[in-house]
Amino acid sequence: MKNVFLLIFKRTLASLLTVFVISLIIFVGVELLPGDVAETVLGQSATPETVKAFRQELKLDLPPHIRYGTWLRDFIQGDFGNSLANGRPVSGLIGWRFANTLFLALTTAVIAVPLAVFLGMMAAFYRNTFFDKAISVTTLSFISFPEFFIAYILIVLFSVHLNIFPSMATINESMNIGAKIHAILLPALTLTCVVTAHMMRQTRAAIINVLSSAYIEMAELKGIKRLRIIILHAFPNSLSPVINVIALNLAYLVVGVVIVEVVFVYPGLGQLLVDSVAKRDIPVVQASGLIFATAYIFLNLMADVLSMLVNPRLRQT
Amino acid sequence: MLKKSPLSARIGLIIVLVNCMVAIFAPVIAPYGETSVVGEVWESFSSEFYLGTDHLGRDLFTRMVYGARNTIVLAFLTTAISFLLGTSLGFIAATKGGWIDQIFSRIIDIFMAFPTLIFALMILSVMGSSIPVLIFTIALLDSTRVYRLSRAVAMDIEVNEFVEAARLRGEGLWWIMRYEILPNAMPPLVAEFGLRFCFVFLFIASLSFLGLGLQPPLADWGGMVRENAGAITFGIYIPLLPAAAIAILTVGVNLIVDWFLHLSSGLHE
Repeated sequence: MKNVFLLIFKRTLASLLTVFVISLIIFVGVELLPGDVAETVLGQSATPETVKAFRQELKLDLPPHIRYGTWLRDFIQGDFGNSLANGRPVSGLIGWRFANTLFLALTTAVIAVPLAVFLGMMAAFYRNTFFDKAISVTTLSFISFPEFFIAYILIVLFSVHLNIFPSMATINESMNIGAKIHAILLPALTLTCVVTAHMMRQTRAAIINVLSSAYIEMAELKGIKRLRIIILHAFPNSLSPVINVIALNLAYLVVGVVIVEVVFVYPGLGQLLVDSVAKRDIPVVQASGLIFATAYIFLNLMADVLSMLVNPRLRQT
Repeated sequence: MLKKSPLSARIGLIIVLVNCMVAIFAPVIAPYGETSVVGEVWESFSSEFYLGTDHLGRDLFTRMVYGARNTIVLAFLTTAISFLLGTSLGFIAATKGGWIDQIFSRIIDIFMAFPTLIFALMILSVMGSSIPVLIFTIALLDSTRVYRLSRAVAMDIEVNEFVEAARLRGEGLWWIMRYEILPNAMPPLVAEFGLRFCFVFLFIASLSFLGLGLQPPLADWGGMVRENAGAITFGIYIPLLPAAAIAILTVGVNLIVDWFLHLSSGLHE
């Protein structure tokens, strides 16, 4: 057991190091990119006074290591600087939006994961039948479609024609949980389609892979029903790649949520990031970018760690 | 070979060929100019405007045709650059080995730890969305995946004896990579090119959809979805057309890649 903890500790350390390096890249990247940041962002209003004020605001006139140190210290304390667009503290903008994005991602995960696992098991059970081929075609399409295509189809179906769900997912604190879920159901469904497609294919592949083992053949010879074999014998042994895929897809959700938030005008961190990029609001971009990157790395770390815990054979480095 | 291909591969082939033809012969096929306003806003299909008009009154069919050219050419160029970069670095890392391999792999790992869209958004926020910046950014980010694959493939080939024989003959790094490793690595690399093209194509469309890719008035399928999105609330399904075009091309390339993998792996169910 001690071996496992050591391995997990090493992986966590590696991830923290990666986050640190990424924060360096995000911070310094603004420097290294060709062109003067101040003049590019200010564009036509780049008079010497405004350029100087801009540099002072972003503290570009201090030496790099002092700048990075203050930025990091402020970041850990929760002070992300002020937004260039409206002068307000960035932490105030990000906090509740991040919570919204997490809510959307969580709702999607709650729907998508059981659905994907169930469909994967069914497809493995009925493999090479019409059902399996139909699901295969559908998931391949969903993987190939851009998310906004799926989003707009859902909007056309459920908002414009059937009029049961709103096409703009606005939520605020005054709504109770039921009303919130009703508002975000369409974006959650869109994300579910894409994520379920990936997870279902992997689950099916993992279970089929396990089905060729000797102990499965033994179970079949003993006369156990096929469904029971799949659920009780094959699935637990394919848990490792399945969990890996689930965690990786959750990591993908962090990024995929951006487009969906824009389509449905959902007040989340992705929407903020896109808006800030368009407005060249660099402090906000830096802060939200770092948060997204950290969440992504953290989820990838979870995928690694859970795989290791579930499959004892992976515990040797 | 073509005769034995399954139906899905033939469909994929037709889709890709049609798209390529449209992209190449765009100025000949399009009835109007790329940016000329010729009708009312959001007109429906007619003999004058095959697919109706967009939110400014431009002919949608023309925009789609030019959009095919712009998006496909941009995606193809970006994939080609990313592929050249990733494959060369991957082959060098595999053939040289040692600390060059370590350094390359560590740096690329760090880039891969970053979610691609976020990284691209951040670079674009500082440098703006001009075409060279777009190509450079996406090619750089995508080459990391190509590096992984080409390095793995090259390492598999590199342990063979004919490579060792070439080394003993005194062949240089470039010769070994070009004449020993590359010919043997073609099947997985070609399949990967197809998959990377799909990914880059979707990525550019998504960036344009967010307003950060190809800038107007250039026609681009992702941007067209964004521009005409308002029509949905009026029950006009125009934004679905460029989005469907994106989806169809991606599916087509995927079908071809599937068939190619099936052929090259030699497995038959």
